[in-house]
Amino acid sequence: MSNVIQAIEAPADFGEFPDPLGHFGPYGGRFVPELLMAPLEELASAYARFRADPEFQAELYADLQYYVGRPTPLYFARHWTEQVGGAQLYLKREDLDHTGAHKINNTMGQALLASRMGKRRIVAETGAGQHGVATAAVCARLGLECIVYMGAEDVRRQSVNVYRMRLMGATVVPVESGTRTLKDALNEAFRDWAANVDDTFYIIGTVAGPHPYPEMVRDFQAVIGRETREQCLEQHGRLPDALVACVGGGSNAIGMFHPFLGDTGVEIYGAEAGGEGVETERHAAPLSAGRPGVLHGNRTYLMENADGQIMPTHSVSAGLDYPGVGPEHAWLKDTGRVRYVAVDDDDALAAFHGLARLEGIIPALETAHGIAYAEKLAARMRPDQVIVINCSGRGDKDIDTVAEVEGMNL
Amino acid sequence: MSRIAYRFAQRRAEQRKTLVTYVTGGDPHPGATVPIMHRLVSAGADIIEVGMPFSDPMADGPVIQSACDRALENGTGLAGVLEMVRAFRRTDNDTPVVLMGYLNPIEQIGYQSFARDAAAAGVDGVLTVDLPPEEGNEFVAALTEHDLDPIWLIAPTTRMERVNAICDQARGFVYYVSLKGVTGAGTLDVDDVGSHVDTIREATQTPVGVGFGVRSGDDAARLGQVADAVVVGTAIVSRIAENVGDDAAIGDAIHAITDELRQGLDAPMVERTP
Repeated sequence: MSNVIQAIEAPADFGEFPDPLGHFGPYGGRFVPELLMAPLEELASAYARFRADPEFQAELYADLQYYVGRPTPLYFARHWTEQVGGAQLYLKREDLDHTGAHKINNTMGQALLASRMGKRRIVAETGAGQHGVATAAVCARLGLECIVYMGAEDVRRQSVNVYRMRLMGATVVPVESGTRTLKDALNEAFRDWAANVDDTFYIIGTVAGPHPYPEMVRDFQAVIGRETREQCLEQHGRLPDALVACVGGGSNAIGMFHPFLGDTGVEIYGAEAGGEGVETERHAAPLSAGRPGVLHGNRTYLMENADGQIMPTHSVSAGLDYPGVGPEHAWLKDTGRVRYVAVDDDDALAAFHGLARLEGIIPALETAHGIAYAEKLAARMRPDQVIVINCSGRGDKDIDTVAEVEGMNL
Repeated sequence: MSRIAYRFAQRRAEQRKTLVTYVTGGDPHPGATVPIMHRLVSAGADIIEVGMPFSDPMADGPVIQSACDRALENGTGLAGVLEMVRAFRRTDNDTPVVLMGYLNPIEQIGYQSFARDAAAAGVDGVLTVDLPPEEGNEFVAALTEHDLDPIWLIAPTTRMERVNAICDQARGFVYYVSLKGVTGAGTLDVDDVGSHVDTIREATQTPVGVGFGVRSGDDAARLGQVADAVVVGTAIVSRIAENVGDDAAIGDAIHAITDELRQGLDAPMVERTP
């Protein structure tokens, strides 16, 4: 594999990817120990079967409607728009999903799949805790055992979410190895799965990992983009001019982007965690300042040093604090279909406060990265143009972090 | 004949089983590895696996992960490991050396450069834990061009179809992972291992090594009855971890465990079921 990053021609139809082995151009694939090949093949064939099964789809749809609370509104942020000046700003309100973030669209889908496959034990990993909370909720709902691995540092940063998971019956395991954050939790979850493949289903929370996870998680999250598309056509009679979403692993972003990839008139932007700045080493923006490599079962952009060792990351948002990104994003970057930008901690914090004050919506710190970029973008656009920002989660979980940054003790 | 194949042929002629031992390159510090390798050989190891340290070794347990962390903290990267092999070769031209690790550090050097440098350093085989054959064509081609043996893993969950496909590409030896989980986990079921090894033997003439879960001379003795080679990593690395800061004690401790494993392997047949 050459390390020279070349521009790749965009395909005629993005919807036809990945290929049967999980490749998005040069990215994706299945880079795992042999022990995990059989369970991944089993999962891929089960997913292919249930994806085409109307009964499974109907069950999932009912759960999304009555348990998760879909469809979520497409909300015109009038006060924010007036303040920023320029394009009209709309929020797709995934913060109103049950448990407070888009994560549950995917956990609902995977937990139903696990049930159909007869797996009664669920393992998951979580960074900010949103995926862990969403997993704990659906496991409680479906009567599945739930074990959540979480970096010890994130356990400290997100104590409220840890308690929420425990309230819903999950076992939260703090991971002390490595940098004690999301990537180490991922390693531990893989290890657990490897040791217990017979009765255990691993619910990955983002569009990374080995095939079929990037495809499966994307499909479960694509409900966001499909709804956005319909709602835009209903409310404006046309598609939006631009989409913005934050990108850590990238599941909320791919969910919003994917149904629009063929709409060439829609500009698409992904906002990564610039931390203290991409010119420093303290950030979590692999697409903006990393290069391709192999980690956690797939080839994608990574934050790594010259020796191929994975770098510690930094972001004020635990949910974006991951050195990799979903392989489909890597491909969308190289094809030029999506533009990825880095938003640093300070701008994200300012946007967090701004949206709270102007609209009475406290966004997750992850989401605040998208909010911050949308403000810059809107100011360059015309008032008749429309930007939709994926409001991927609510910020209740982050208020301790923000208060701490500002020297307050709640 | 490759050094690995020759070593297996030698042991087979002596009616002995092959002992493969693993250490992480650069653990606990760069200067320690070459003396440890020689000590392993003098205590009875037949093939040395040298781990290429990686920051995120997801198929390994806590013992090997800590060894990787120690090595990385002390500045050992892939180039450093190759330098260690080169130094080992100055006084040992017979003992096969297999590099074991994860794909990403190799990708950053590039497959061709890696294969060329590894062959020049005196490496005989390469095992990449997170590279399945489906993704491995380009890498295997590079290894083959430089006469390096690609070593492949087979797991208890591997379907027969895949066993055949893997065995078609395997050189040196095939590494059967004797239990589900990560390195250093669980306990051994020798009968179960034996039936899997028999299945692999139907697919290939390549020797079969068995690893994961071998802790003692007794474990080695029992596995030696069903496999051509026994692979031991965590038991050796944990001796290093227990003696960090005292290289002489490390040498003595790994000598003791390697000697125990060797004696177990060479012991007269014992009953297969306890």
